[in-house]
Amino acid sequence: MIGLLLLYGGVALLGPALSRRLGARVLFLCLVPHIATLAYLVSAWPRVAGGRSIAESHEWVPALSLGVDLRLDAFGLLMAGIISGIGVAVFFYARWYFAGRSDLGLFAGVITVFAGSMVGVVMADNLLLLYVFWELTSVTSYLLIGIDHQKGAARAAALKALLITGMGGLVMLGGFVLVGRAAGTFSLSGILATPPSGATTTVGIGLVLVGAFTKSAQVPFHSWLPGAMAAPTPVSAYLHSATMVKAGVYLIARLAPVFATVVWFWRPVVLAAGVATMLVGGYRALRETDLKLLLAYGTVSQLGLMVVLVGAGYPDLTFAGAALILAHSLFKAVLFMVVGIVDHAAHTRDLRRLHGLGRRMPLVFAVSVVAVASMVGLPAALGFLAKEAAYEALLHSGNPVVTAAVVVGSALTFAYGARFLWGAFADKPVRKEDDVALEVAAPSPAIVLPSVVLSILTLVLGVAPALGGKLVTSAATAVGRTTELPKLVLWHGFTPALGLSGLAIAVGVALFLRRGSVDRLQSRLALPAGLTTPYEHALSLLNRVADRSTGVMQNGSLPIYVGVILLTVVLLPTWRLATDGRLPSRIEFADSPVQALVALVVVAAAIGCARARRRFVAVLLLGAVGFAVAVLFIMQGAPDLALTQLLVETLALVIFVLVLRHLPEQFPRRSSRLATGLRLGVAGGVGVFVTAFAIIAAGSRTHPSAGDGLVERALPDGGGRNVVNVILTDFRAFDTVGEITVLTVAALGIIGLLLARADGGEGEEPGK
Amino acid sequence: MIVVLALAVGGLYAAGAFLLLQRSLTRIILGIALLGHGANLLLLLAGGASGRAPIVDGSDQAVSDPLPQALALTAIVITFGLTAFLLALAYRSWLLRHDDEVEDDVEDRRIARLGRGKS
Repeated sequence: MIGLLLLYGGVALLGPALSRRLGARVLFLCLVPHIATLAYLVSAWPRVAGGRSIAESHEWVPALSLGVDLRLDAFGLLMAGIISGIGVAVFFYARWYFAGRSDLGLFAGVITVFAGSMVGVVMADNLLLLYVFWELTSVTSYLLIGIDHQKGAARAAALKALLITGMGGLVMLGGFVLVGRAAGTFSLSGILATPPSGATTTVGIGLVLVGAFTKSAQVPFHSWLPGAMAAPTPVSAYLHSATMVKAGVYLIARLAPVFATVVWFWRPVVLAAGVATMLVGGYRALRETDLKLLLAYGTVSQLGLMVVLVGAGYPDLTFAGAALILAHSLFKAVLFMVVGIVDHAAHTRDLRRLHGLGRRMPLVFAVSVVAVASMVGLPAALGFLAKEAAYEALLHSGNPVVTAAVVVGSALTFAYGARFLWGAFADKPVRKEDDVALEVAAPSPAIVLPSVVLSILTLVLGVAPALGGKLVTSAATAVGRTTELPKLVLWHGFTPALGLSGLAIAVGVALFLRRGSVDRLQSRLALPAGLTTPYEHALSLLNRVADRSTGVMQNGSLPIYVGVILLTVVLLPTWRLATDGRLPSRIEFADSPVQALVALVVVAAAIGCARARRRFVAVLLLGAVGFAVAVLFIMQGAPDLALTQLLVETLALVIFVLVLRHLPEQFPRRSSRLATGLRLGVAGGVGVFVTAFAIIAAGSRTHPSAGDGLVERALPDGGGRNVVNVILTDFRAFDTVGEITVLTVAALGIIGLLLARADGGEGEEPGK
Repeated sequence: MIVVLALAVGGLYAAGAFLLLQRSLTRIILGIALLGHGANLLLLLAGGASGRAPIVDGSDQAVSDPLPQALALTAIVITFGLTAFLLALAYRSWLLRHDDEVEDDVEDRRIARLGRGKS
C-alpha cells in the first residue's frame, strides 16, 4: 500500500518536469498511479471481501505515536476505487479539456499529490497520519482552486476554502489528540474496537465532527464549496464532487457505528446538520442560473443526505449511504464534465442563455439524462437502488421527521435535476441578444468518452444490482461490523419505500412544472444582495483586530519594544519567585569591609555612567565599573577572570575613545520628565528583580555543582593544574571554538563597517 | 550568600536597563556593557561561596567553583566582541547621518498608521 502512495508522490514530482515536453499529454502519465491503484484494489478484493482487512505498518516518528499504519477494508476499497476510478475518467477528460496548453506542470503535480493524499486518507489507520493526509488534501485543494492565480476571484475562493477546511482540520486535530489520549492509542481500528468514553472523548468527538463538517461542506460551513467552483471544471468534477468532499462523510461513517451510542449528542447533531445541509443545498440549487453553481449546491445537498445516512450508525442506513456514495461519484462527475463541455462549446454556463444544445450534441445530452436519472432516483439507474435502500432503511430504523426531510430533499433534487437538463439542453425562448447556441462547436469524441463510460457503468450497476451490491455490502459490513444487511434490489414490489420514491418524484415534477412560481417565491424570500456573510464579517473583523494590534504592538519605537521586554522579564518570573522562592540558609552582608566598599564603587560608578551628560565622563565611569568588577573577581577567587577583565576593559576603553572622538561631546537633548520617570521605573524594577533573583537562586541549589568533579578530573584527564583553563581548552573546548568564531565574525563585521565608503558605498544611502 | 554582591549586580542591571531604554546609540551601547558586567558577576555569584583560586596544588583548602568562572570568562570576551561591533555600527551611522539617534522604524510607523486608518 505504501508503494502506491510513493508512486503518487513520484509521479507528482515527475509530471511537472515533463510537462513542457508533453503538454497536456502529461496527464496520461498521471493516470499511471490511478491504474496501479485500481489493479491493486482488484487483487486485494478477495482478501477484504466480507468485512476482513489487510494491515501494513511502517515506523515514522515513534515518539509521537505517529506511524505509517495503513489498513484496507472493503469500505476503504470502495472509497479508493472511487478516487482512482473517477481519477482515470477525470484525468482523461482533463487531457482534452486543457488540450493545447503547455503550462500544466503545476496542475498535474498538485492534482496527483491530491489523489495520493486522498488514497492515504481512506487507507490510514493512525489518526495522526489521517490528519496529515487530510490537511494535504486541503492544501492541494487550495492550490487547485486558485490555479488561475491571475484572477482575484479564484484567489479569494481558494483562500476561503483553505481557511474554512484548514480551521476545521485544526479543530479536528485537537479532537484526535483528545480521543487518542482517552483511548491510549491513535490507531483508528483500535479505538473503534475498544471505544473510550467520558468527558474527554465527548469533547474530542465533537471537535472531530467540526472537522468532518467543514470538509464535507455541511451547514453552517457549506459556503466554501460553491466558491470553489472558481476552479477549472476537472478540479470541480474530481475534488469538489467525487472525492475530497466525501472525506468528511468517510470519517463520519467510520466513527458513527461506535460513537453514535457512546457520545450523547452524536445523532441529534449529525442528523440536524445533514438534514439542514440537504434542504439548504437543494433550495439554493433551484435558484442558481449558473449550471456549475447549480451542481455545486446539488453536491452540498447530496452530501447532507450522505451524512444523514451514514451518520446515524445503523447498519442498513450505512449500507444505503455506501450505495449513495458510489452512485453520487458516478453521476456527479459526469454532470460536471458535461458542464465543462457545454462551457467550452457555448462559452457560457448561464441557463438563461443556453438553448437547443440537446439537438446539437445528442450524445452529451444522453449521458446527462442518464446521470440526472441516477441523481433523482429513476429506475434502471444506480441512484434508484441507493434511494430505495435509503427509504427502506429509514422506514425501518429512521426517525419519521428525518424520513420526511429526505423525501422533501429528494423532491428538491428532482426539481433541480430537471432544471439542469432543461436549462442546458432544452429548446426554449431566450432574448435575442443572449442567443449563443448558433456559435456552438461540436465537442470532440475523446472529451465525451469518459462521461459515456461512467454513464454506462451507472446503467449496468443499476440494472444488475448484484454486481455493485457485493462491494457495497462488504463496505457496510466493514464499517458496521455486522452481516445482517439488506441487498441492493431492483424491484422490491409495491412497498412503502417505492411509494416514498413516487411521492418525491411527483412533488419534484410539480416543483419543476411550476418553476415560474418557485422562482418568484425564492426571489421574494431571498436575502438582499450585498449583505455580508458571516464568513466575510469574521474575516474583516480579524483583519481589523490584526491591524489594530499591530499598530499598538509594533509602533516602531525601540525604547518601547525594549521596555515591554524588560517588563515581561520582571513581572512573569517575579510571581514564581514570590510563590516558590526559598531564601538561602546562610546570608551575610559582606565577606570583608573592602568588598562592601568595592561593591559600592561599582554601583556608584554605574549610576554615574547612567546619569552622565557628557560622553567621555560616561565612558570613563564605565571603565571604573569594569576595573572595580575585576577587583571583585579577585576577591571571589577568580584571578583568571580578573586578568581577562582588566585586559578587555582596557581595550574596550581604547575603542570607545577612538569612536567617541568623532561624536559630539554631549549626549543629545533630554527627554520629557514622564519618559524619564517611566524609564527609571522599569530600570528600578529590573534592579530589584535581579537582586532578589540572585539571592533566591543561591538558596535554590538542589545538586552540588558540576565544578567539583571538574576540579578532580583537571589534572588526570586534562593534564593541567589551572582548572578554569582546562575547562576552556579541554572539557568545553567546543564552546571556546564557538567563542572564537563569534569574535572572528564580529571582527569581519567591524572591518566591513570601517572600510565601507563614507558616502554609503555602492548602494543607496540609508535614511535618504 | 553575600548581600552586597547581589546588590551590586542589581545596581548594574538597573543602570544598564535605564541606558538600554534611551534613544542615543552610544548610551545603549554603554547600557549593554553595564548589563554584561552585571551578568558576569551574577554568574560568579551562582557559583556559591568564594574560596581559593581553582588551581590544583595539593592543598585541601576549599576552592571556588571553576565552572561559572569558565562561563563568565567566555561571556566577558563575547561582550567585548559585541561592544566593539556596536561601536563600529555607531561610527558608521555617524559617518552617514551625523546623528547618534535611534529613529523610530519608519516601516512600523506606516503599518501602525494603516491600522488606524482602516478602523
